[in-house]
Amino acid sequence: MAGKTEAILARKGEIMKRALGMDYAQFERSPIAFDYEAMMAAHGYSLDDIIRIQLAAGVGKTPLLELRNLTDLIRSYAEPGHGACLFVKDEAANMAGSFKDRRASISIHAAKEKGYAGVIAATSGNYGAAVSSQAARASLNCIIVQEAFDSRHVGQPEIIEKSRICEAFGAEVVQLTVGPELFSHMLELLDETGYLAASLYSAFGISGIESLGWEIAEEMTALTGAPPTHVVVTHAGGGNTTGTARGLRRAGATSTQVVSASVDLSGLHMASDTDFNRKSFTTGHTGFGVPFATWPDRADVPRNAARALRYMDRYLTVTQGEVFYVTEAMAKLEGLERGPSGNTAMAAAMSLACDLPRDATVVVQETEYTGAGKHHWAQLNFARANGVEVRAGDPTESVPGKSIVIPERPEQIRAKDFDMGKMRRSYVRNALAHAGEGYTPTSEDIEFLAADTHSDAESVEAIIAALKEA
Amino acid sequence: MEDTTRCIAGDWVEVESILLEPADRATNLPEDTAAQPLRMWVKGFARTAAAVGDELTVETMTGREVTGTLSEINPGYFHTFGKPAPELTAVGRDLRARVAAYRKAGG
Repeated sequence: MAGKTEAILARKGEIMKRALGMDYAQFERSPIAFDYEAMMAAHGYSLDDIIRIQLAAGVGKTPLLELRNLTDLIRSYAEPGHGACLFVKDEAANMAGSFKDRRASISIHAAKEKGYAGVIAATSGNYGAAVSSQAARASLNCIIVQEAFDSRHVGQPEIIEKSRICEAFGAEVVQLTVGPELFSHMLELLDETGYLAASLYSAFGISGIESLGWEIAEEMTALTGAPPTHVVVTHAGGGNTTGTARGLRRAGATSTQVVSASVDLSGLHMASDTDFNRKSFTTGHTGFGVPFATWPDRADVPRNAARALRYMDRYLTVTQGEVFYVTEAMAKLEGLERGPSGNTAMAAAMSLACDLPRDATVVVQETEYTGAGKHHWAQLNFARANGVEVRAGDPTESVPGKSIVIPERPEQIRAKDFDMGKMRRSYVRNALAHAGEGYTPTSEDIEFLAADTHSDAESVEAIIAALKEA
Repeated sequence: MEDTTRCIAGDWVEVESILLEPADRATNLPEDTAAQPLRMWVKGFARTAAAVGDELTVETMTGREVTGTLSEINPGYFHTFGKPAPELTAVGRDLRARVAAYRKAGG
């Protein structure tokens, strides 16, 4: 590795401490445990404060829509008495077109309050648009660092659109080729500018999503008399699941099942130059979803505020072809033309709703904007141009990076349950590995691991015992 | 006519540079990525006149100075929707018919 990269990485702790405006060391309890709730509360904003900040920023209070046509479609093929009522929270109605505005609005508010001259975020997704838009409103400078191109200088149409919208909002966009060294360049930029690191994984960002879970519980209660039985969340880095679930709990919706959903991209390497343009989804996929759920502290902050495994009751995967099909169906049946990535949870929800009784209520908690590039036709055309086979047929035959199989009938939309036990074992193994060889977890550690894996002390101890034997 | 090969000071342009040569990249990369340099593109206002391929310093939207090789003058965006995917064109017609049939049958 170059001397320059080593030098900047050696100063990572010092740079991030200043750039995050918070010393994470105060929350550490042991090589495994930390005080998660104290970290989440350290910014001092209550949920009421967050809702007020977001309203002033043009964020939140998005429409909650009942999807009667999709519900009837599902009932037309579900077993008798089955076919839950489907709803969607139309988050595309936020200022910059996605729920990411909720995250960005709180980081930007904090940056302004703390006197930073600007913000920096590393993202090729909707978060870039959200940060750029909120920064413009707050008169702050903004740099978005994007992994945008493969070595041929070819970029996915969805990412190119994201570059455009960030620049439209006045951000400086730094476009890079594929590689994890993006992080060391972001550190250099933070060091050079003194801006706030508007990390996707800070407590600001995650607290900002709590208003979404809160609104869903309140609005569903007003509409149907009770919070939803299920909320389906598109899952990548874990923030969406974490923030939504925390908001639902704050509103008292403790019996609502939180179901995370990702596009199955198994087999593709996220740091591969050639695989980069052989996937049609740049987020909401298992390439982020699994590693972040099983080791959240891989993020660009010392401790990740997004801890999805802590909150998810089930984890469903769907194929790219199923999501494209559902995206088309939503436009034609419900008049909702939205971006494909945000519809990942919708594909999973259609499968879930088919298996649930009619009195169940399933809320898909986001949509995202669509437009040139960021559209299922553009993405399918791009996939074809990059050697991926696109055909109609049985979606279970699709192979990520090689083929996209579009269902021929809605009955073929069948989400798969990801093994939660496997994820919990993987999480505990990662936590022990990071604690260092020979470290023996204390009872406080076991309690922390049980909370962080949404299980109990007995299960965690059984996993640790099994790992020792292996 | 717009000159696409030369810029003057103040023009909105893009510069390209190499951040890391292959030998200097992270050690845990897949082979295909490790064989390539890490490249960067940044847009800004040209400090001086230059021709495409010349070294040039730009002032970015945040006021930073970035030096690289002039790669494009007044860079645009050409992403589109493209043609409808044939595998999806009948989805709306077929699903509307199914919903109508279900309701007609008293569903």
